[in-house]
Amino acid sequence: MSLQGEFTSALFDRSYTRLPEIFSSPSPASRFTIYRNNVFSSMLDALADSYPVVAQLVGEAFFNAMALTFVQAHPPRSRSLVDYGEDFAAFIETFTPAAGLPYLADVARLERLCVRAYHACDSQAVSLELLAELMAQPEELAELRLGLHPSLSILPSDYAVCSLWEAHQPGGDITKVDPCLPERALVLRCGLEVELLALDTGTCAFIQALQAGLPLGRAAHLEGHASSSFDLGQCLALLISKNVITQLLTEEKARP
Amino acid sequence: MPHPAAPTLHRPAQAACQLPARVGLGLKPEHFRSLLDTCPDIGFLEIHAENYMVEGGPFHHYLGLLREKYPLSIHGVGLSIGAESALDHDHLLRLKRLLERHPPQVFSEHLAWSSHGPLFLNDLLPLAYDVPTLNRVCAHIEQVQDTLGRPLLLENPATYLQFRASTLDETDFICQVVHRTGCGLLLDVNNVYVTCINHGSDPLAYLDALPLQAVGQVHLAGFSEDADDTGQRLLIDSHSTPIDDAVWALYRLLLQRVGPVPTLIEWDNDLPPMHFLLAQARLAQDLIEACEVQS
Repeated sequence: MSLQGEFTSALFDRSYTRLPEIFSSPSPASRFTIYRNNVFSSMLDALADSYPVVAQLVGEAFFNAMALTFVQAHPPRSRSLVDYGEDFAAFIETFTPAAGLPYLADVARLERLCVRAYHACDSQAVSLELLAELMAQPEELAELRLGLHPSLSILPSDYAVCSLWEAHQPGGDITKVDPCLPERALVLRCGLEVELLALDTGTCAFIQALQAGLPLGRAAHLEGHASSSFDLGQCLALLISKNVITQLLTEEKARP
Repeated sequence: MPHPAAPTLHRPAQAACQLPARVGLGLKPEHFRSLLDTCPDIGFLEIHAENYMVEGGPFHHYLGLLREKYPLSIHGVGLSIGAESALDHDHLLRLKRLLERHPPQVFSEHLAWSSHGPLFLNDLLPLAYDVPTLNRVCAHIEQVQDTLGRPLLLENPATYLQFRASTLDETDFICQVVHRTGCGLLLDVNNVYVTCINHGSDPLAYLDALPLQAVGQVHLAGFSEDADDTGQRLLIDSHSTPIDDAVWALYRLLLQRVGPVPTLIEWDNDLPPMHFLLAQARLAQDLIEACEVQS
Protein backbone atom coordinates (compact mmCIF):
# COMPACT_ATOMS: atom_id res chain seq x y z
CA MET A 1 0.00 0.00 0.00
CA SER A 2 1.20 3.54 -0.71
CA LEU A 3 2.21 5.85 2.13
CA GLN A 4 -0.90 8.01 1.82
CA GLY A 5 -3.00 4.85 1.50
CA GLU A 6 -1.61 3.66 4.84
CA PHE A 7 -2.16 7.10 6.38
CA THR A 8 -5.78 7.06 5.20
CA SER A 9 -6.34 3.53 6.55
CA ALA A 10 -4.94 4.61 9.91
CA LEU A 11 -7.32 7.59 10.02
CA PHE A 12 -10.30 5.23 9.80
CA ASP A 13 -8.81 2.38 11.87
CA ARG A 14 -7.95 3.31 15.46
CA SER A 15 -6.16 0.01 15.99
CA TYR A 16 -3.73 0.50 13.08
CA THR A 17 -0.42 -0.86 14.34
CA ARG A 18 2.16 0.23 11.77
CA LEU A 19 2.49 3.90 12.84
CA PRO A 20 5.99 3.48 14.39
CA GLU A 21 7.22 1.99 11.09
CA ILE A 22 5.92 4.98 9.10
CA PHE A 23 6.83 7.89 11.37
CA SER A 24 10.15 8.80 12.97
CA SER A 25 8.61 11.14 15.60
CA PRO A 26 8.38 10.00 19.24
CA SER A 27 5.03 8.52 20.36
CA PRO A 28 3.55 8.58 16.85
CA ALA A 29 0.18 7.19 18.01
CA SER A 30 -0.61 10.19 20.22
CA ARG A 31 0.55 12.60 17.52
CA PHE A 32 -1.45 10.80 14.85
CA THR A 33 -4.54 11.30 17.02
CA ILE A 34 -4.34 15.04 16.25
CA TYR A 35 -4.83 14.34 12.54
CA ARG A 36 -7.60 11.83 13.24
CA ASN A 37 -9.41 14.34 15.48
CA ASN A 38 -9.00 17.14 12.93
CA VAL A 39 -10.39 15.02 10.10
CA PHE A 40 -13.42 13.69 11.96
CA SER A 41 -14.27 16.81 13.96
CA SER A 42 -14.22 18.92 10.78
CA MET A 43 -16.72 16.54 9.17
CA LEU A 44 -18.92 16.48 12.29
CA ASP A 45 -18.82 20.30 12.34
CA ALA A 46 -19.89 20.38 8.67
CA LEU A 47 -22.88 18.12 9.45
CA ALA A 48 -23.79 20.07 12.60
CA ASP A 49 -23.72 23.31 10.53
CA SER A 50 -26.06 21.83 7.91
CA TYR A 51 -28.40 20.00 10.35
CA PRO A 52 -28.84 22.26 13.42
CA VAL A 53 -32.48 21.24 14.07
CA VAL A 54 -31.69 17.52 13.81
CA ALA A 55 -28.87 18.16 16.31
CA GLN A 56 -31.25 19.98 18.68
CA LEU A 57 -33.89 17.23 18.39
CA VAL A 58 -31.51 14.46 19.47
CA GLY A 59 -29.01 16.39 21.62
CA GLU A 60 -25.30 16.94 21.00
CA ALA A 61 -24.00 13.58 22.27
CA PHE A 62 -26.49 11.51 20.24
CA PHE A 63 -25.96 13.69 17.17
CA ASN A 64 -22.18 13.31 17.34
CA ALA A 65 -22.43 9.53 17.71
CA MET A 66 -24.88 9.30 14.81
CA ALA A 67 -22.82 11.68 12.65
CA LEU A 68 -19.60 9.79 13.40
CA THR A 69 -21.21 6.52 12.28
CA PHE A 70 -22.31 8.30 9.10
CA VAL A 71 -18.86 9.82 8.45
CA GLN A 72 -17.17 6.43 8.87
CA ALA A 73 -19.51 4.88 6.30
CA HIS A 74 -19.88 7.90 3.96
CA PRO A 75 -16.74 10.07 4.05
CA PRO A 76 -16.92 13.15 1.78
CA ARG A 77 -16.12 12.82 -1.90
CA SER A 78 -16.43 16.50 -2.80
CA ARG A 79 -13.78 19.11 -1.93
CA SER A 80 -16.49 21.54 -0.92
CA LEU A 81 -18.20 20.47 2.30
CA VAL A 82 -21.25 22.65 1.62
CA ASP A 83 -22.85 19.63 -0.10
CA TYR A 84 -21.57 17.09 2.42
CA GLY A 85 -24.34 14.95 3.90
CA GLU A 86 -26.64 14.77 0.86
CA ASP A 87 -27.39 11.17 1.94
CA PHE A 88 -27.55 11.89 5.69
CA ALA A 89 -31.38 11.72 5.73
CA ALA A 90 -31.40 8.30 4.05
CA PHE A 91 -28.77 7.16 6.56
CA ILE A 92 -30.89 8.41 9.50
CA GLU A 93 -33.80 6.26 8.26
CA THR A 94 -31.63 3.16 8.65
CA PHE A 95 -29.95 4.23 11.92
CA THR A 96 -31.69 1.95 14.42
CA PRO A 97 -31.01 4.02 17.58
CA ALA A 98 -33.02 6.88 15.99
CA ALA A 99 -36.01 4.66 15.15
CA GLY A 100 -38.01 6.22 18.00
CA LEU A 101 -38.01 9.55 16.13
CA PRO A 102 -39.61 8.58 12.78
CA TYR A 103 -39.77 12.26 11.70
CA LEU A 104 -36.01 12.83 12.08
CA ALA A 105 -35.11 11.85 8.50
CA ASP A 106 -37.65 14.27 7.01
CA VAL A 107 -36.40 17.08 9.24
CA ALA A 108 -32.93 16.33 7.84
CA ARG A 109 -34.35 16.43 4.28
CA LEU A 110 -35.90 19.81 5.04
CA GLU A 111 -32.62 21.20 6.43
CA ARG A 112 -30.78 20.00 3.31
CA LEU A 113 -33.31 21.87 1.14
CA CYS A 114 -32.69 25.00 3.25
CA VAL A 115 -28.92 24.77 2.66
CA ARG A 116 -29.49 24.28 -1.07
CA ALA A 117 -31.89 27.23 -1.19
CA TYR A 118 -29.36 29.45 0.63
CA HIS A 119 -26.65 28.81 -1.97
CA ALA A 120 -28.88 28.32 -5.05
CA CYS A 121 -28.23 30.25 -8.23
CA ASP A 122 -29.49 33.84 -8.27
CA SER A 123 -32.40 34.48 -10.57
CA GLN A 124 -34.33 37.71 -11.13
CA ALA A 125 -38.11 37.65 -10.61
CA VAL A 126 -40.33 38.56 -13.56
CA SER A 127 -41.42 42.21 -13.31
CA LEU A 128 -44.81 43.10 -11.90
CA GLU A 129 -45.54 45.11 -15.06
CA LEU A 130 -45.06 42.03 -17.23
CA LEU A 131 -47.23 39.95 -14.90
CA ALA A 132 -49.96 42.60 -14.95
CA GLU A 133 -49.82 42.68 -18.75
CA LEU A 134 -50.41 38.92 -18.86
CA MET A 135 -53.19 38.99 -16.30
CA ALA A 136 -54.96 41.41 -18.61
CA GLN A 137 -55.10 38.67 -21.29
CA PRO A 138 -56.86 35.83 -19.46
CA GLU A 139 -57.33 33.84 -22.70
CA GLU A 140 -53.56 33.24 -22.85
CA LEU A 141 -53.11 32.45 -19.16
CA ALA A 142 -54.19 28.81 -19.41
CA GLU A 143 -51.33 27.98 -21.77
CA LEU A 144 -48.71 29.91 -19.79
CA ARG A 145 -45.91 27.98 -18.07
CA LEU A 146 -44.13 29.51 -15.07
CA GLY A 147 -40.41 29.06 -14.45
CA LEU A 148 -39.74 29.06 -10.70
CA HIS A 149 -36.67 30.22 -8.77
CA PRO A 150 -33.84 27.64 -8.48
CA SER A 151 -34.03 27.87 -4.67
CA LEU A 152 -37.65 26.69 -4.59
CA SER A 153 -38.44 23.15 -3.50
CA ILE A 154 -41.26 21.21 -1.85
CA LEU A 155 -41.10 18.48 0.76
CA PRO A 156 -44.36 16.60 1.37
CA SER A 157 -44.02 14.74 4.67
CA ASP A 158 -46.05 12.38 6.86
CA TYR A 159 -44.77 14.45 9.79
CA ALA A 160 -45.04 18.04 11.00
CA VAL A 161 -41.68 19.04 9.52
CA CYS A 162 -42.41 22.78 9.30
CA SER A 163 -43.73 22.98 12.86
CA LEU A 164 -40.79 20.95 14.17
CA TRP A 165 -38.35 23.24 12.34
CA GLU A 166 -40.04 26.42 13.56
CA ALA A 167 -40.18 25.14 17.15
CA HIS A 168 -36.35 25.05 17.10
CA GLN A 169 -35.92 28.61 15.92
CA PRO A 170 -35.52 31.41 18.51
CA GLY A 171 -38.79 31.81 20.45
CA GLY A 172 -40.18 28.46 19.22
CA ASP A 173 -42.17 26.12 21.49
CA ILE A 174 -41.85 22.37 20.91
CA THR A 175 -44.60 21.54 23.44
CA LYS A 176 -47.21 22.86 20.99
CA VAL A 177 -46.14 20.55 18.15
CA ASP A 178 -47.78 17.23 17.30
CA PRO A 179 -45.00 15.68 15.18
CA CYS A 180 -47.36 13.15 13.59
CA LEU A 181 -49.54 15.63 11.70
CA PRO A 182 -48.60 15.53 7.98
CA GLU A 183 -47.23 18.80 6.57
CA ARG A 184 -46.03 19.94 3.16
CA ALA A 185 -43.05 22.31 3.31
CA LEU A 186 -42.25 24.97 0.72
CA VAL A 187 -38.62 26.15 0.87
CA LEU A 188 -37.43 29.17 -1.08
CA ARG A 189 -34.99 32.06 -0.93
CA CYS A 190 -36.57 35.49 -1.16
CA GLY A 191 -33.76 38.00 -1.65
CA LEU A 192 -31.05 36.79 0.72
CA GLU A 193 -33.32 35.05 3.23
CA VAL A 194 -34.34 31.39 3.14
CA GLU A 195 -38.02 31.03 4.01
CA LEU A 196 -40.07 28.01 4.95
CA LEU A 197 -43.86 27.80 4.65
CA ALA A 198 -46.38 25.03 5.32
CA LEU A 199 -48.66 24.51 2.31
CA ASP A 200 -52.19 23.10 2.08
CA THR A 201 -52.52 20.04 -0.16
CA GLY A 202 -54.02 22.02 -3.05
CA THR A 203 -51.30 24.66 -3.20
CA CYS A 204 -48.66 21.96 -2.84
CA ALA A 205 -50.07 19.97 -5.80
CA PHE A 206 -50.37 23.14 -7.89
CA ILE A 207 -46.73 24.22 -7.32
CA GLN A 208 -45.53 20.66 -7.96
CA ALA A 209 -47.47 20.68 -11.26
CA LEU A 210 -45.80 24.00 -12.20
CA GLN A 211 -42.40 22.52 -11.32
CA ALA A 212 -43.19 19.57 -13.58
CA GLY A 213 -43.72 22.03 -16.44
CA LEU A 214 -47.53 21.90 -16.75
CA PRO A 215 -49.19 25.05 -18.10
CA LEU A 216 -51.11 27.19 -15.63
CA GLY A 217 -54.55 26.03 -16.82
CA ARG A 218 -53.79 22.34 -16.41
CA ALA A 219 -51.94 22.84 -13.12
CA ALA A 220 -54.90 24.71 -11.66
CA HIS A 221 -57.45 22.26 -13.04
CA LEU A 222 -55.52 19.22 -11.85
CA GLU A 223 -55.41 20.82 -8.48
CA GLY A 224 -59.11 21.68 -8.50
CA HIS A 225 -59.96 17.99 -8.06
CA ALA A 226 -57.60 17.55 -5.15
CA SER A 227 -58.83 20.29 -2.87
CA SER A 228 -61.88 22.46 -2.69
CA SER A 229 -60.06 25.09 -0.64
CA PHE A 230 -57.56 25.87 -3.40
CA ASP A 231 -57.47 29.51 -4.47
CA LEU A 232 -55.48 30.15 -7.65
CA GLY A 233 -55.34 33.90 -7.04
CA GLN A 234 -53.93 33.49 -3.54
CA CYS A 235 -51.42 30.94 -4.70
CA LEU A 236 -50.11 33.17 -7.51
CA ALA A 237 -50.04 36.12 -5.09
CA LEU A 238 -47.83 34.04 -2.78
CA LEU A 239 -45.39 33.14 -5.58
CA ILE A 240 -45.30 36.76 -6.77
CA SER A 241 -44.77 38.20 -3.28
CA LYS A 242 -41.84 35.83 -2.70
CA ASN A 243 -40.19 36.83 -6.02
CA VAL A 244 -39.98 33.22 -7.19
CA ILE A 245 -41.65 33.48 -10.61
CA THR A 246 -38.55 33.94 -12.73
CA GLN A 247 -39.76 32.97 -16.22
CA LEU A 248 -42.96 33.18 -18.25
CA LEU A 249 -43.04 30.65 -21.03
CA THR A 250 -45.74 30.70 -23.72
CA GLU A 251 -46.01 28.05 -26.42
CA GLU A 252 -43.86 29.92 -28.92
CA LYS A 253 -41.32 31.77 -26.85
CA ALA A 254 -39.80 32.24 -23.44
CA ARG A 255 -40.10 35.69 -21.90
CA PRO A 256 -37.43 36.54 -19.34
CA MET B 1 -10.43 55.19 4.34
CA PRO B 2 -10.35 51.50 3.44
CA HIS B 3 -6.92 51.41 1.83
CA PRO B 4 -4.64 54.42 1.59
CA ALA B 5 -1.41 54.28 -0.40
CA ALA B 6 0.73 51.48 0.93
CA PRO B 7 4.35 50.50 0.42
CA THR B 8 4.72 48.06 -2.44
CA LEU B 9 6.72 44.87 -2.65
CA HIS B 10 9.92 44.83 -4.65
CA ARG B 11 10.65 41.16 -5.03
CA PRO B 12 9.86 38.35 -7.46
CA ALA B 13 6.77 37.41 -5.43
CA GLN B 14 5.14 40.62 -6.66
CA ALA B 15 3.97 38.76 -9.75
CA ALA B 16 2.03 36.31 -7.60
CA CYS B 17 0.74 38.76 -5.00
CA GLN B 18 -0.77 42.16 -5.77
CA LEU B 19 -2.02 42.79 -2.21
CA PRO B 20 -0.89 45.96 -0.44
CA ALA B 21 1.77 45.42 2.24
CA ARG B 22 -0.80 45.85 4.99
CA VAL B 23 -2.75 43.65 7.40
CA GLY B 24 -5.87 41.77 6.32
CA LEU B 25 -8.53 39.63 7.96
CA GLY B 26 -10.27 36.38 7.04
CA LEU B 27 -13.82 37.01 5.81
CA LYS B 28 -16.47 35.14 7.82
CA PRO B 29 -20.24 35.18 7.12
CA GLU B 30 -20.75 36.50 10.67
CA HIS B 31 -18.94 39.67 9.60
CA PHE B 32 -20.53 40.33 6.18
CA ARG B 33 -22.87 43.05 7.41
CA SER B 34 -20.64 44.67 10.03
CA LEU B 35 -17.75 44.99 7.54
CA LEU B 36 -20.04 46.64 4.99
CA ASP B 37 -21.54 48.95 7.62
CA THR B 38 -18.31 50.01 9.36
CA CYS B 39 -15.63 49.63 6.64
CA PRO B 40 -12.73 49.17 9.10
CA ASP B 41 -9.31 50.29 7.90
CA ILE B 42 -7.77 46.96 6.95
CA GLY B 43 -5.59 46.09 3.96
CA PHE B 44 -7.47 43.14 2.43
CA LEU B 45 -9.88 40.26 3.01
CA GLU B 46 -9.13 36.56 2.58
CA ILE B 47 -11.65 33.82 1.79
CA HIS B 48 -11.36 30.04 1.65
CA ALA B 49 -12.00 29.15 -1.99
CA GLU B 50 -14.05 26.00 -1.25
CA ASN B 51 -16.63 27.90 0.84
CA TYR B 52 -17.50 30.00 -2.20
CA MET B 53 -17.89 27.11 -4.65
CA VAL B 54 -21.66 27.62 -4.58
CA GLU B 55 -23.82 29.04 -7.33
CA GLY B 56 -25.42 32.12 -5.77
CA GLY B 57 -27.01 33.53 -2.63
CA PRO B 58 -25.61 35.65 0.22
CA PHE B 59 -21.97 34.46 -0.02
CA HIS B 60 -21.47 35.82 -3.55
CA HIS B 61 -23.71 38.82 -2.86
CA TYR B 62 -21.66 40.06 0.09
CA LEU B 63 -18.31 39.09 -1.42
CA GLY B 64 -19.21 41.11 -4.52
CA LEU B 65 -19.97 44.20 -2.39
CA LEU B 66 -16.92 43.81 -0.13
CA ARG B 67 -14.61 43.30 -3.09
CA GLU B 68 -15.44 46.86 -4.18
CA LYS B 69 -14.02 48.10 -0.86
CA TYR B 70 -11.10 45.75 -0.16
CA PRO B 71 -8.46 43.82 -2.11
CA LEU B 72 -9.09 40.05 -2.05
CA SER B 73 -6.95 37.02 -1.26
CA ILE B 74 -8.35 33.61 -2.27
CA HIS B 75 -6.88 30.82 -0.18
CA GLY B 76 -7.51 27.25 -1.33
CA VAL B 77 -7.81 24.43 1.19
CA GLY B 78 -8.94 21.56 -1.05
CA LEU B 79 -6.62 21.19 -4.06
CA SER B 80 -4.57 18.48 -2.33
CA ILE B 81 -1.38 19.48 -4.15
CA GLY B 82 0.66 16.82 -2.36
CA ALA B 83 -1.69 13.92 -3.07
CA GLU B 84 -0.39 10.71 -4.63
CA SER B 85 -3.44 10.72 -6.91
CA ALA B 86 -3.87 13.14 -9.80
CA LEU B 87 -5.34 16.58 -9.11
CA ASP B 88 -9.15 16.65 -9.19
CA HIS B 89 -9.73 18.22 -12.60
CA ASP B 90 -13.33 19.24 -11.87
CA HIS B 91 -12.27 20.93 -8.66
CA LEU B 92 -9.52 22.79 -10.47
CA LEU B 93 -12.07 24.04 -13.02
CA ARG B 94 -14.43 25.14 -10.21
CA LEU B 95 -11.49 27.05 -8.76
CA LYS B 96 -10.75 28.67 -12.12
CA ARG B 97 -14.39 29.79 -12.41
CA LEU B 98 -14.30 31.25 -8.88
CA LEU B 99 -11.13 33.23 -9.69
CA GLU B 100 -12.82 34.55 -12.84
CA ARG B 101 -15.98 35.52 -10.92
CA HIS B 102 -14.07 37.27 -8.11
CA PRO B 103 -10.61 38.09 -9.49
CA PRO B 104 -8.27 38.14 -6.46
CA GLN B 105 -5.01 40.00 -5.85
CA VAL B 106 -3.44 36.68 -4.83
CA PHE B 107 -4.22 32.97 -4.86
CA SER B 108 -2.57 30.59 -2.41
CA GLU B 109 -2.66 26.88 -1.52
CA HIS B 110 -0.94 24.49 0.88
CA LEU B 111 2.05 22.15 0.83
CA ALA B 112 -0.11 19.25 2.00
CA TRP B 113 -2.53 16.58 0.85
CA SER B 114 -6.20 16.31 1.79
CA SER B 115 -7.61 13.63 -0.50
CA HIS B 116 -6.89 10.01 -1.29
CA GLY B 117 -8.43 8.62 -4.46
CA PRO B 118 -12.09 9.70 -4.38
CA LEU B 119 -12.06 10.44 -0.63
CA PHE B 120 -11.78 13.99 0.64
CA LEU B 121 -10.28 14.09 4.14
CA ASN B 122 -10.69 17.85 4.80
CA ASP B 123 -7.45 18.31 6.70
CA LEU B 124 -3.99 19.48 5.66
CA LEU B 125 -2.07 16.22 5.99
CA PRO B 126 1.74 15.95 6.09
CA LEU B 127 4.05 14.87 3.27
CA ALA B 128 7.12 12.67 3.20
CA TYR B 129 9.90 14.86 1.80
CA ASP B 130 11.60 12.73 -0.84
CA VAL B 131 12.40 13.09 -4.53
CA PRO B 132 9.27 11.35 -5.91
CA THR B 133 7.09 13.63 -3.74
CA LEU B 134 9.07 16.68 -4.88
CA ASN B 135 8.54 15.76 -8.54
CA ARG B 136 4.84 15.17 -7.97
CA VAL B 137 4.27 18.41 -6.01
CA CYS B 138 6.12 20.42 -8.69
CA ALA B 139 4.07 18.80 -11.47
CA HIS B 140 0.82 19.53 -9.62
CA ILE B 141 1.77 23.17 -8.95
CA GLU B 142 2.68 23.63 -12.62
CA GLN B 143 -0.68 22.16 -13.62
CA VAL B 144 -2.51 24.56 -11.27
CA GLN B 145 -0.51 27.58 -12.45
CA ASP B 146 -1.07 26.66 -16.12
CA THR B 147 -4.81 26.17 -15.60
CA LEU B 148 -5.28 29.37 -13.61
CA GLY B 149 -2.88 31.36 -15.78
CA ARG B 150 -1.11 32.85 -12.75
CA PRO B 151 1.57 31.91 -10.22
CA LEU B 152 0.37 30.79 -6.80
CA LEU B 153 1.75 31.24 -3.32
CA LEU B 154 2.47 27.97 -1.50
CA GLU B 155 1.99 27.85 2.28
CA ASN B 156 4.45 26.02 4.55
CA PRO B 157 2.64 23.46 6.73
CA ALA B 158 2.13 22.97 10.47
CA THR B 159 2.98 19.32 11.19
CA TYR B 160 2.80 16.93 14.13
CA LEU B 161 4.65 13.95 12.64
CA GLN B 162 7.74 13.34 10.52
CA PHE B 163 8.12 10.42 8.09
CA ARG B 164 10.88 7.84 8.10
CA ALA B 165 10.76 8.05 4.29
CA SER B 166 11.84 11.73 4.23
CA THR B 167 15.25 12.34 2.70
CA LEU B 168 15.04 16.17 2.50
CA ASP B 169 14.50 18.86 5.13
CA GLU B 170 11.16 20.66 4.83
CA THR B 171 13.00 23.91 4.04
CA ASP B 172 15.12 22.26 1.31
CA PHE B 173 11.97 20.79 -0.17
CA ILE B 174 10.25 24.21 -0.21
CA CYS B 175 13.34 25.88 -1.73
CA GLN B 176 13.36 23.36 -4.58
CA VAL B 177 9.62 23.68 -5.22
CA VAL B 178 9.90 27.48 -5.38
CA HIS B 179 12.96 27.27 -7.63
CA ARG B 180 11.47 24.72 -10.02
CA THR B 181 7.88 26.02 -10.33
CA GLY B 182 8.37 29.78 -9.94
CA CYS B 183 5.63 29.86 -7.29
CA GLY B 184 5.90 32.29 -4.38
CA LEU B 185 5.77 31.53 -0.67
CA LEU B 186 2.90 32.19 1.71
CA LEU B 187 4.90 32.17 4.91
CA ASP B 188 2.77 31.11 7.86
CA VAL B 189 4.84 32.25 10.84
CA ASN B 190 2.64 30.33 13.28
CA ASN B 191 3.20 27.16 11.25
CA VAL B 192 6.97 27.72 11.39
CA TYR B 193 6.83 28.01 15.18
CA VAL B 194 4.40 25.09 15.69
CA THR B 195 6.37 22.78 13.38
CA CYS B 196 9.74 23.64 14.92
CA ILE B 197 8.55 23.21 18.52
CA ASN B 198 6.82 19.92 17.64
CA HIS B 199 9.97 18.52 16.03
CA GLY B 200 12.53 20.08 18.38
CA SER B 201 14.18 22.43 15.90
CA ASP B 202 15.06 26.14 15.93
CA PRO B 203 12.37 28.41 14.39
CA LEU B 204 14.83 31.15 13.43
CA ALA B 205 17.16 28.70 11.69
CA TYR B 206 14.12 27.29 9.85
CA LEU B 207 13.08 30.80 8.80
CA ASP B 208 16.56 31.61 7.52
CA ALA B 209 16.67 28.37 5.51
CA LEU B 210 13.55 29.38 3.54
CA PRO B 211 13.66 31.25 0.21
CA LEU B 212 12.59 34.52 1.85
CA GLN B 213 12.91 36.49 -1.41
CA ALA B 214 9.86 34.51 -2.60
CA VAL B 215 7.59 35.53 0.31
CA GLY B 216 4.50 37.22 -1.11
CA GLN B 217 2.23 37.05 1.92
CA VAL B 218 2.35 36.14 5.61
CA HIS B 219 -0.16 34.36 7.87
CA LEU B 220 -0.24 34.95 11.63
CA ALA B 221 -2.42 32.79 13.86
CA GLY B 222 -2.78 31.38 17.36
CA PHE B 223 -2.03 27.81 18.44
CA SER B 224 -3.35 25.66 21.26
CA GLU B 225 -1.11 23.56 23.43
CA ASP B 226 -1.05 19.82 24.17
CA ALA B 227 1.54 17.16 24.99
CA ASP B 228 2.32 13.80 23.44
CA ASP B 229 2.50 10.50 25.39
CA THR B 230 6.07 11.20 26.42
CA GLY B 231 5.07 14.57 27.86
CA GLN B 232 6.77 16.51 25.09
CA ARG B 233 5.16 19.87 24.31
CA LEU B 234 2.91 19.61 21.26
CA LEU B 235 1.46 22.73 19.62
CA ILE B 236 -1.71 22.53 17.54
CA ASP B 237 -2.37 24.96 14.70
CA SER B 238 -5.91 25.67 15.91
CA HIS B 239 -6.59 29.20 14.57
CA SER B 240 -8.70 29.76 17.67
CA THR B 241 -6.51 31.81 20.04
CA PRO B 242 -4.61 35.13 20.06
CA ILE B 243 -1.21 35.17 18.36
CA ASP B 244 1.48 34.00 20.80
CA ASP B 245 4.33 36.28 21.90
CA ALA B 246 6.87 33.87 20.41
CA VAL B 247 5.14 34.13 17.03
CA TRP B 248 5.07 37.94 17.25
CA ALA B 249 8.83 37.87 17.99
CA LEU B 250 9.45 35.64 14.96
CA TYR B 251 7.30 37.95 12.81
CA ARG B 252 9.45 40.96 13.87
CA LEU B 253 12.58 39.08 12.79
CA LEU B 254 10.92 38.16 9.50
CA LEU B 255 9.99 41.81 8.81
CA GLN B 256 13.63 42.80 9.39
CA ARG B 257 14.54 40.35 6.65
CA VAL B 258 11.82 40.96 4.05
CA GLY B 259 10.41 44.41 4.82
CA PRO B 260 6.69 45.30 4.75
CA VAL B 261 4.64 42.34 3.55
CA PRO B 262 0.87 41.64 3.22
CA THR B 263 -0.09 39.87 6.45
CA LEU B 264 -3.27 38.00 7.38
CA ILE B 265 -4.59 37.57 10.90
CA GLU B 266 -5.96 34.04 10.56
CA TRP B 267 -8.74 33.11 12.98
CA ASP B 268 -11.15 30.35 11.90
CA ASN B 269 -12.56 28.75 15.06
CA ASP B 270 -14.17 30.19 18.23
CA LEU B 271 -14.36 33.58 16.50
CA PRO B 272 -13.88 36.57 18.84
CA PRO B 273 -15.74 39.89 18.31
CA MET B 274 -14.59 42.00 15.35
CA HIS B 275 -12.98 44.62 17.61
CA PHE B 276 -10.66 41.93 19.00
CA LEU B 277 -9.59 40.86 15.50
CA LEU B 278 -9.04 44.49 14.55
CA ALA B 279 -6.83 44.94 17.64
CA GLN B 280 -4.69 41.95 16.56
CA ALA B 281 -4.51 43.47 13.07
CA ARG B 282 -3.45 46.82 14.56
CA LEU B 283 -0.54 45.16 16.39
CA ALA B 284 0.71 43.65 13.13
CA GLN B 285 0.12 46.90 11.21
CA ASP B 286 2.23 48.81 13.77
CA LEU B 287 5.07 46.31 13.31
CA ILE B 288 4.88 46.63 9.51
CA GLU B 289 4.99 50.43 9.71
CA ALA B 290 7.88 50.39 12.18
CA CYS B 291 9.98 47.79 10.40
CA GLU B 292 13.38 48.64 9.03
CA VAL B 293 15.03 46.12 6.79
CA GLN B 294 18.42 44.98 8.07
CA SER B 295 20.77 44.06 5.28
